Amino acid sequence: MLNAVLPLGFLTPGRDAVVRDVVGGKELRQRLCEMGFARGSLVRIVQSQPCGPLIISLGDGRIVLGRGVAQKIMVEEVDN
Amino acid sequence: MQGNSEAKSLNEMVVGLAGNPNSGKTSMFNNLTGARHQVGNWPGVTVEKKEGRHVRDGQVIRVVDLPGTYSLGAFSEDEAVARNYILSGEPDLVVNIVDASNLERNLYLTTQLLEMGANLVIALNMFDEAEKKQIKIDLEAMAGILAVPVVPTVAVRNKGTSELVTAAVGAAGKGPGRTFRIDYGREAEPGIARLEKALAAVQTVKHLPARWVAVKLLEGDENIYGRVMQSLKAGDIVKLRDEVAAHIESMTGLDPESLFADRRYGFISGLIKETVTRKSTTEDRLSISDRIDRVVTNRFLGMPIFFLSMFAVFQFTFALGDPLIGYVEEFFEWLGEGAGALFTNELIASLVADGIIGGVGAVLVFIPPIFLIFFAISLLEDSGYMARAAYIMDRFMHRLGLHGKSFIPLIVGFGCNVPAIMACRTLENRRDRMITILITPLMSCAARLPIYVLFVGAFFTAFQGLIISSLYFLGIALAIMMGILFKRFLFKGEVSPFVMELPPYRVPTLKGVLIHMWERGWAFIKRAGTIIFSVVIVIWVFASLPAGVEFASRESYLGAIGGFLAPVFTPLGFGTWEAAAALIFGLLAKEVVVGMFGVVYGIGEDRLTSAIQTLWTPLSAYAFMVMSLIYIPCVAAIATIKRETNSWRWTGFAMAYSLVLGWIMAFLVYQGGRLLGLG
Repeated sequence: MLNAVLPLGFLTPGRDAVVRDVVGGKELRQRLCEMGFARGSLVRIVQSQPCGPLIISLGDGRIVLGRGVAQKIMVEEVDN
Repeated sequence: MQGNSEAKSLNEMVVGLAGNPNSGKTSMFNNLTGARHQVGNWPGVTVEKKEGRHVRDGQVIRVVDLPGTYSLGAFSEDEAVARNYILSGEPDLVVNIVDASNLERNLYLTTQLLEMGANLVIALNMFDEAEKKQIKIDLEAMAGILAVPVVPTVAVRNKGTSELVTAAVGAAGKGPGRTFRIDYGREAEPGIARLEKALAAVQTVKHLPARWVAVKLLEGDENIYGRVMQSLKAGDIVKLRDEVAAHIESMTGLDPESLFADRRYGFISGLIKETVTRKSTTEDRLSISDRIDRVVTNRFLGMPIFFLSMFAVFQFTFALGDPLIGYVEEFFEWLGEGAGALFTNELIASLVADGIIGGVGAVLVFIPPIFLIFFAISLLEDSGYMARAAYIMDRFMHRLGLHGKSFIPLIVGFGCNVPAIMACRTLENRRDRMITILITPLMSCAARLPIYVLFVGAFFTAFQGLIISSLYFLGIALAIMMGILFKRFLFKGEVSPFVMELPPYRVPTLKGVLIHMWERGWAFIKRAGTIIFSVVIVIWVFASLPAGVEFASRESYLGAIGGFLAPVFTPLGFGTWEAAAALIFGLLAKEVVVGMFGVVYGIGEDRLTSAIQTLWTPLSAYAFMVMSLIYIPCVAAIATIKRETNSWRWTGFAMAYSLVLGWIMAFLVYQGGRLLGLG
């Protein structure tokens, strides 16, 4: 059950995934880290606007991410 | 209590409140301190500092509200302020407000506070929501593992506050318990220990917890790095730091910063495993909040709902505000007549009645709508809708090269531009911040409302909601246009990352909204009491001199200045000396425009309105409102722009572009209207 690692922005809405890595500059990585995007945390796309921002479910909270940011979070789909 | 700073009195205990945004920190602060706060600034920065007092059995507790942050790095000023305050040794205790319904992320800040060696008490807030989500937390186990008191609270319902204070007083007496440490693993620990030992001899960081300094140095924290660089041994330390960092990277494949973050979250998930049980493993997929969001943030419904709610805000403000304005007006008329009769000296009677009471009164009349609009904005914020508005508007804002977060300062701008410009600090990127600061003054603030209300009352009573909304929307449209232009020609570059928490919807408490409204409204009244009071006296002096002229007549200095500039405004439909003078004084504060008309046309609603009805036309009135909306921001806003941009050049630019834009728009309105036969 090896699943591909893909950017969060490409994840199918509603599917659960696990954060594998955050790429990008130091500042962005630190910001995402303090918001809870740690390696191993469970994420899901709750809602997305075409070409617009996404609402992500992370732990017990909801976080809005711009498209560009969502491409920097690498996730792995989990089977649910 | 063992106070450790000379500034506080012997029996006073100082408590800092720390916590994530949306953790209920503000509600807890209000519970502890009541409605009386002291609002100021943290030294050297523009971050707001709120303080209040709590008294329990003769024990005075000074409660200091720290900025809401997700962590205590050094990237943002908010975080630096919170961190430095905790390290300063001034607080006897830090109360960490933790959202119990969202533990993982909230505990990240907690681990940082503990690593700093803060004497901590944890308030597990929103405990009821956690229970509703069937999250069971073993408080004793958590307190045992973290070695700090843990108290369940529900701040919005003022539950657990008393227990929290008891725990705080107890903990402050004891001082911090055993040292908290996160195990960073065998690849990192020996290096941290070496660095710690070396740092013990460094004067500039000697007073700080050594292990924490070592960890921060490895993480590449700029503030700590800077402090170490000031020491004599900087060279050796930096060399050692780089060596340890390289070792960690080669052993783990991660830079120290990522490794430490992983370890902290690892500790947190271990803690949660030990202390938290979730009844249902399958999460309730569609919580109420998500269900509301399905509609409110819907691709098609989001925008209409947003515009409808904005329209509702203005309708609410005016429908409720109008009758109240009448009462305040009657009060000031009565006051003016009564006060004028008290003085036999004609000049003093005129100063008091026409100048002070007439001028200040003309402004204070608008307290009802100003409070109402702040009430509405607070309601939107506290319910959680404001963050949705930012999400909905993101795509739109993207075209200006900004993102949805810039939208929040813009909405606050409808209340007052000063806090709005200050709110731009939450934008991490300089370019976003600059563009947002430059376009914020186009958001029609509450102080411009009196001008609209005055003219709308004279000409457009039947369509007041529509006319006033049109001005707000004109401001928004121009902000968009200018945003695009600024992005294209002044600030090229990429859009910065957009990351924002979406708090769950909550039913706002009346108390919370009222306190929020009061704080902002009171700031306005204070301004009216100081700046406007002095401006009104200056206007009165100009209107009364040279000696012997009729008050506020064409022959007074005021008339002369206005008359000199009037021709500039002739193509805009209001080339009168009264209008020119009003605009000049409106720079001091936009609401002064109304006070000014109050002085030159005579006090009292009836006289003012009828004077305007005879001297203006609906078209010239509208052009004037457009000018008032756009032209140069008030002095308070200008001063804030200067402080926030730290540049006279940009401040000057903000003034110049808005003046030119205002003139052009008023010109287009007036001349265009005439071509259409409206004049």
